[in-house]
Amino acid sequence: MIWLNVVVQGVLVGGFYALFACGLSLMFGVLKVINLAHGDMAVVAGYVAVFLTPHLHISEVWSFLVVVPIFGLLGYVVQRTLIQKSIDRDPFTTLLVTFGLSVVIENLLLEIYTANGQSVNIGTLISKSWHPASIIYVSYVSLGVLAVAVVVLGLLQLFLSRTGTGRLIRAVADDREAAQLSGANYRHVFGIAAAIAFATVALAGIAYGMMTQFAPTSGGVNLLFAFEAVVIGGIGSLWGTLIGGVALGVAQQFGAHFNPEYQILAGNLLFLVVLAIRPQGLFGRRTALS
Amino acid sequence: MSAVVPAANDHGPRLVRRSNTSPLYTLAGVLVLVVLLTLAPWIVPAQAASTLMNFFILVIMATMWNLLAGYAGMVSIGQQAFIGLGAYATLFFALKGVNPFVTIPLSTIVCAVIAVPVTLLLFRLRGGYFAIATWVVSDTALLIIGAIPFLGGGTGKLMPGLQSLSPTQTAHYSYLATWIVALVVVSGTYLLLRSRLGLVLASIRDNEVAARSAGVNVQSARRLIFVVAAAGCGAAGAVLAISQPFIQPSSVFNIQWVAEMLFVSMIGGLGTIEGPIIGSILYFVLQQTLQQYGVWYLIIFGSLAVIVALWQPRGLWGAFRERFHTELLPVGYWLIETK
Repeated sequence: MIWLNVVVQGVLVGGFYALFACGLSLMFGVLKVINLAHGDMAVVAGYVAVFLTPHLHISEVWSFLVVVPIFGLLGYVVQRTLIQKSIDRDPFTTLLVTFGLSVVIENLLLEIYTANGQSVNIGTLISKSWHPASIIYVSYVSLGVLAVAVVVLGLLQLFLSRTGTGRLIRAVADDREAAQLSGANYRHVFGIAAAIAFATVALAGIAYGMMTQFAPTSGGVNLLFAFEAVVIGGIGSLWGTLIGGVALGVAQQFGAHFNPEYQILAGNLLFLVVLAIRPQGLFGRRTALS
Repeated sequence: MSAVVPAANDHGPRLVRRSNTSPLYTLAGVLVLVVLLTLAPWIVPAQAASTLMNFFILVIMATMWNLLAGYAGMVSIGQQAFIGLGAYATLFFALKGVNPFVTIPLSTIVCAVIAVPVTLLLFRLRGGYFAIATWVVSDTALLIIGAIPFLGGGTGKLMPGLQSLSPTQTAHYSYLATWIVALVVVSGTYLLLRSRLGLVLASIRDNEVAARSAGVNVQSARRLIFVVAAAGCGAAGAVLAISQPFIQPSSVFNIQWVAEMLFVSMIGGLGTIEGPIIGSILYFVLQQTLQQYGVWYLIIFGSLAVIVALWQPRGLWGAFRERFHTELLPVGYWLIETK
């Protein structure tokens, strides 16, 4: 029963990692860009939800209705300006620029909001849970986040496979030049992909704030987990990312079961083992490998 | 220092030279600087010597990061792994009774040895995935070190072996140790880049496919650079451990080290020896000036780095060099038309 609980908690947190990671995965799949400020964007969304949406008389629980579309727009703008400019130089520059942005954002948040932990206020819902068996407690918030992750990944999959814009995004991801010759404006397509990525990461940031406390430096840690989920699941596979997130979550819970200090270490070790014996990940294609 | 290339078709003979200026000037300048910086702790106030020490540590780190990114094209955001491991190797040997100053070369070797298996894992990924994976490695190293009670666990430990010296002696010795490491790292990098390996790296940077087809073993060249950079960062960690006698995992494994080395080399000029040094000078001036305003210096410096990356990717020194065709520490060659 103890082990069942470890797995259940791992799956719950894994859903969150997948939600956090799908934007990262999409940006890499389409733009071939790793946004090192991905985690910090989530944290910014959290701060916006906590400090700015109350001014609009929207309760923090519903803040995502405003923040997610704003971040989508922000993603499009940031892509068409800063990120596109660095892509035009070379892939190397995108790493330098997004890392620079990450440090700047983190320290700006530190200056403005201090290092104190914040969380998105959801009232008494935070302490409510479903109690199916003697020692298993399933928090409603975590369950909700897992459901949101599955829905977001499902919608994204449907969008990419069934809609015209989705096909356009896949075409540009597969062969930019050929798509361009067929009349696709790849910069606009990149912008749409970045908009989706930013919208999902805003959702993930607010979800994180509902589950636990966040601080200016939370972005980096979560970027690591998201990245590990992507690599474990297999680069370029959306459902792989979900499985990767769940695998990472379960590994962390196993580690934490022995000693809370081993929680993150166990996740990192799983990542390194996957890298050593199956570098393409559980469901991946050999795209990010040299 | 120059050779004449025979005339090809419509061009006159060309002169191939390391530099436009005589190397004697550079040599004289470097010698004067070396003498002054060696005597610095006896000349300048203790506070200034300590600032200089921190400056040297930054120069070492930035030079190593520049070697990785500017010459071998590898963006690592996990170099703090080797800074931390260098610092903790020093602590480990010191706890075993070795003189802390003697441990510096030992810790350097330890980091180089650890880096070899690390490359076997990391080199399976490339680009951005490589970058984040280096961070995972550093996070893992931090967590493992933090779980070892002998090394003080998560709370850290005081560096032993320094208490027998007077504070002035400790200050002087650690200054000299840091300065010597910086000198060895910068001149070692300079010589490395002037060697055949430097040529190999330049060929990979300019056109990797062409370099491969000309028989360059890209992977092993990169591996060697990664190991050298790990050793250099390990040495920086070792002198850091001596200069700040209390060692804590969260401070020596801090990602801020990478932010500093990255910004400094980018602003100064990636792919030049002088760049990281000039970037470090700028960084220290800005940091000392804006000291009382919290982390604004980092925000300003980071924004500046982003601007430089987008609009002046060769950095300040690169721009200066293109404008004036001057080199202080040349590692490449200029081709000069003499017609």
